[in-house]
Amino acid sequence: MSKVLIIAEHDRERLNQSTAKCVTCALAIPDAEVTVVVCAADASAVAAQAASLQGVKRVLKLENAANAHALAAVLAPQLAALALEFSHVLAPSTTFGKDLLPRVAALLNIPQISDIMAVESATRFRRPIYAGNVIVTVEVAGAEKLAATVRVASFAAAPAGGNATVEARTLNVALPTHTRFVSVSKAQSERPDLQSAARVLAGGRAFGSAESFSMLYSLADRLGAAVGASRAAVDAGYAPNELQVGQTGKIIAPEVYFAIGISGAIQHLTGIKDARTIVAINKDAEAPIFEVADIGLVGDIFQILPELERQLAAQAAADRGL
Amino acid sequence: MKRILVGIKRVVDFSVRVRAKPDGSGVVTDGVKMSANPFDEIALEEALRMRERGAADEVVVIGIGPIECQQQLRNALAMGADRAIHVQAEGMVEPAVIARVFLKLIETEQPFAIILGKQAIDDDNGQTGQMLAALWDRPQATFASSIKLEGDKAVVAREVDAGIETLEVDLPAVFTTDLRLNEPRYVKLPDIMKAKKKPLSILTMAQLSIDSAPRMKLLRFEPPAPRQKGIRVKDVAELVAALRARGLFQ
Repeated sequence: MSKVLIIAEHDRERLNQSTAKCVTCALAIPDAEVTVVVCAADASAVAAQAASLQGVKRVLKLENAANAHALAAVLAPQLAALALEFSHVLAPSTTFGKDLLPRVAALLNIPQISDIMAVESATRFRRPIYAGNVIVTVEVAGAEKLAATVRVASFAAAPAGGNATVEARTLNVALPTHTRFVSVSKAQSERPDLQSAARVLAGGRAFGSAESFSMLYSLADRLGAAVGASRAAVDAGYAPNELQVGQTGKIIAPEVYFAIGISGAIQHLTGIKDARTIVAINKDAEAPIFEVADIGLVGDIFQILPELERQLAAQAAADRGL
Repeated sequence: MKRILVGIKRVVDFSVRVRAKPDGSGVVTDGVKMSANPFDEIALEEALRMRERGAADEVVVIGIGPIECQQQLRNALAMGADRAIHVQAEGMVEPAVIARVFLKLIETEQPFAIILGKQAIDDDNGQTGQMLAALWDRPQATFASSIKLEGDKAVVAREVDAGIETLEVDLPAVFTTDLRLNEPRYVKLPDIMKAKKKPLSILTMAQLSIDSAPRMKLLRFEPPAPRQKGIRVKDVAELVAALRARGLFQ
């Protein structure tokens, strides 16, 4: 049997959807028994949400005042101690998991596989390399344990309807004080989260300024969509870093992705390949984004965007019988 | 001596569209342009700026791999690093092994900071810095977009999914770089000539007593699944119709 430990990601109140995606990945490991661990100062609310995910057998609460913020240096020794009982330690391939899991793996002296996109056996996985241009099958040979980050865009979220037991654990582990949380910028909008949104509108260099880029926000709000950006748009200061989509930003899998004024560098394409529908709007008919787009429209984004907003609104009104 | 260690990895250049070999045994690298990992150049730039501000005395670049990595190390010396260490290794070197090499070099170099790229753009693992910090039992500040040294501490802004997180860490510490930390300088021709005279020492894994045997086997390399060919529409009305035909925006 594979005993799989999933490190929950949360914001103290809500379990991040990436955890539910890790559960689906874990259940693909043959004969897996899935445990979720929640590290927090007060883990009760998040633990209850984790316990409701189908396929989760147990939820462990690691409560400690030092766990109020997800500091890798503080969490890793606790998780390494807890992981002794498990064969697999999984975390989402988000900045939370990417920061934390290698530290846990090193303390345990176990190998880590990053960004697993498919499970072939308990020790064999597929993952993207070279910005997703190559998929490699990796096998961990002869190890009793392994760690892996889960490429969340490759797995559906486990549904609710489970009823796992919740237990509190206390560990006698010395915690470092050399790393201290200062602050985190808060998201300023009620827009859907980029990583879990069904609809994403992303803009690129073609917007030319932060003011123009803000057109995207009004259309996104009308469509209930999240906003993303290419690296070029972030580097130019049109959009904040947390909106960057691609190899070194967020890897997303929305139902529909609009690439607006984005040329489609390979580093960007790897972040959107799992979108169900890709729409490309670009004035350059030769832009590489059109090679992966399901629907392509060549033209000036400054003419197309207002028209798109108008027509979608008109359609919605017509659908409501207005 | 206030010293900074920087890792420089030789990788396939970011502009190359890498392809799997038809027999699945690896990726095509013959005749392909090689460069320093872009995140590592950002790491070096940050170290050089710290030295130029007087916060450090020496910047040492470390490359691990075949003899050809010395090209990237020489380029790093031309950018301004003071000396280089090449640790010889063949084939894929796993992040845990790289971390142990750095840990070993820390014993003699005694740096106050180690700056690494947040990931290498070839294997995209993103593990080395965090593993090193764990083995060293020191702080890690990953995905840094700003590093401010304040005495025996550093205040670091990190690019996280929520936005920007700020941490304070005691030194020595491990930092990994994100894209917006800085823009690396260009190398000037006279500096390339000068770099040829800068010291570059060569070590082996055996001299460092490190077992570099991989624990993971790379069994098969394949191209990603292609997407189905899409359609072109001529105006917004057709775009909206095509979206609705796919069941979207209904």
